[in-house]
Amino acid sequence: MNALAVRRLCKRYGPGCDSCFTSPPVDSNRCIDCGSIVALRNVSFDLPAGELVGIMGESGSGKSTLLRCLFFDDVPDDGSAVFRDGDVTCDLFTLNRAEARKLKNRSFSIVHQNPRLGLNFRTTAGGNVAERVLTAGHRNYRGIRATATRLLRRTRVPTDRIDELPGNFSGGMQQRVQIAKALSVHPAILFLDEVTSGLDLSVQAQILDLIQELHQQLRLSILLVTHDIGVVKLLASQTMIMQHGTIVESGLTDQILEDPQHPYTQELVGAAL
Amino acid sequence: MSEAQEQHVDRPGSEAPASAKSLGAVEDNGPLPRPGSEPSQTSADPTSQRSRRRREHEFALLDPVAKREIRRASLKAVCIPGYQVPFASRELPIARGFGTGGLQLTLSLIGPTDTLKVIDQGADASVNACSLRKLVRKVCPGVKTSEITSDATLIQTRHRIPEEPLTDRQVLVFQVPYPCPLVLVESNEQRRVQMHGESDYSKIFVKLYEDLARFQEITLSHRYPTAIHRHYVIDPSPIPRFDVPKLDHARCLHLFGAGREKKIYAVPPFTDAKPLEFDDIRFRVESFDVAGQRQACQRCGSAESYLNELIRPDGSRVWVCSDTAFCQRSRT
Repeated sequence: MNALAVRRLCKRYGPGCDSCFTSPPVDSNRCIDCGSIVALRNVSFDLPAGELVGIMGESGSGKSTLLRCLFFDDVPDDGSAVFRDGDVTCDLFTLNRAEARKLKNRSFSIVHQNPRLGLNFRTTAGGNVAERVLTAGHRNYRGIRATATRLLRRTRVPTDRIDELPGNFSGGMQQRVQIAKALSVHPAILFLDEVTSGLDLSVQAQILDLIQELHQQLRLSILLVTHDIGVVKLLASQTMIMQHGTIVESGLTDQILEDPQHPYTQELVGAAL
Repeated sequence: MSEAQEQHVDRPGSEAPASAKSLGAVEDNGPLPRPGSEPSQTSADPTSQRSRRRREHEFALLDPVAKREIRRASLKAVCIPGYQVPFASRELPIARGFGTGGLQLTLSLIGPTDTLKVIDQGADASVNACSLRKLVRKVCPGVKTSEITSDATLIQTRHRIPEEPLTDRQVLVFQVPYPCPLVLVESNEQRRVQMHGESDYSKIFVKLYEDLARFQEITLSHRYPTAIHRHYVIDPSPIPRFDVPKLDHARCLHLFGAGREKKIYAVPPFTDAKPLEFDDIRFRVESFDVAGQRQACQRCGSAESYLNELIRPDGSRVWVCSDTAFCQRSRT
């Protein structure tokens, strides 16, 4: 079963014309007729439930736009994304604002590259986790406090620092608080946006271990965006390669890394080795 | 209220300044305010009928258009309990921040048969209350003022609700400095409006959580966020926590006017008004206990009212009622 089935997702920035999404892709993400930036051009893929799917690509290839669209931060121009969880089935882009907010609060979580985007630095570490739990509608102080403590312990943030501001923490700890916050509502889908960029190697390894462990224990469906080929190799069972707003290659991670077909993928794998 | 007051209202647009001569004619026009201290304006056409009939100002100062707008905003506020209705706050002879929102509500609602009470932090005799009362008396001929809560039909208040329960014949008007409870946690107004629309108040709960985690106590002593009719959360003006439960299912109409922020909102009679709280940590009001003993008012002996703590020159402490009219009544 697919947790998320994305079909023909399109997003452009600029004036736009009829042929933006239909004209054959050239060696750029600009529409040849009107010059609009085509950030996503007919992107289709499946995120199977309980799997970790990686998305790789260079800067400007549309990875972040894809996450923004799926996380309701941006509205796509066309396409559908059908979400399934238990007996819930809905197309993300036909929901009204209130329904979208409810779904986002209860079923989706995101971990950003920069902790400043995901955390409120004026509230304590515990308060940040509490915010997510409160947003999902829980109103029991001791319950929320217990959840925050449990998740911080699980993500290996010292629990005696629960009432400290995240600004006092190291970069790796801030990232772990972000992960604790994201996990606090038992999301059905977790989006990871370059979570290890900007961290030193040993901390990167700790965060990756943590993600792998949580993925195996909680059976979350995870969509992971990165441009680090090592991360994909370690974590993702399936991988998609994006370039100029299109998915140029997708399949099992091993297969793609061992036998790249598309010239861009070949270049990518070659550069990493 | 409005019927009686419209008869005093001059034709809108009759703004031609009167000459010193035509001012004399005003006296024949009935019970109209004629502040003698105001300098007479010099003007154009002394023969004009319209300028002859001109008065110094309308009944209750505001022009009819302004009153109509404020009454409409008030009606809308009553229809959508807790929703902040924007209105064009008018200039008044008092400065913004001195109760212009409350005063505009009072002036647009008051009629010659009304009895007005003005209180400031519970007291009828403090400067803000006295000045506002004097102003309303001057611009609304025929209006009676009273310090007795049960006599008043309209009560304008600054930061307290009278101790005596109000009836369905009374309207309580609040002066509000900050109408939006979300302003503490969200600086972007557009997002605040959206949060109100979706009844998304989790950020306020984060503030309450933080208080409990750090101080084991919610540190809001006044302006306690209160959910009205299970949707909108309001800032009930800086009334103490003690007064918040009085909003819930009260018999009177509560109207809130924020003049500087240009918002009007209401808690209608018999409406849910629930302070935000956690399931396991309930809202509680101030305690006046000293060593386990509920203090009583030094003057009237009441142990139920909201008390002010006074420190005497010798360092000893006494407690007196904040609501002076209630205290007076309990003593006699």
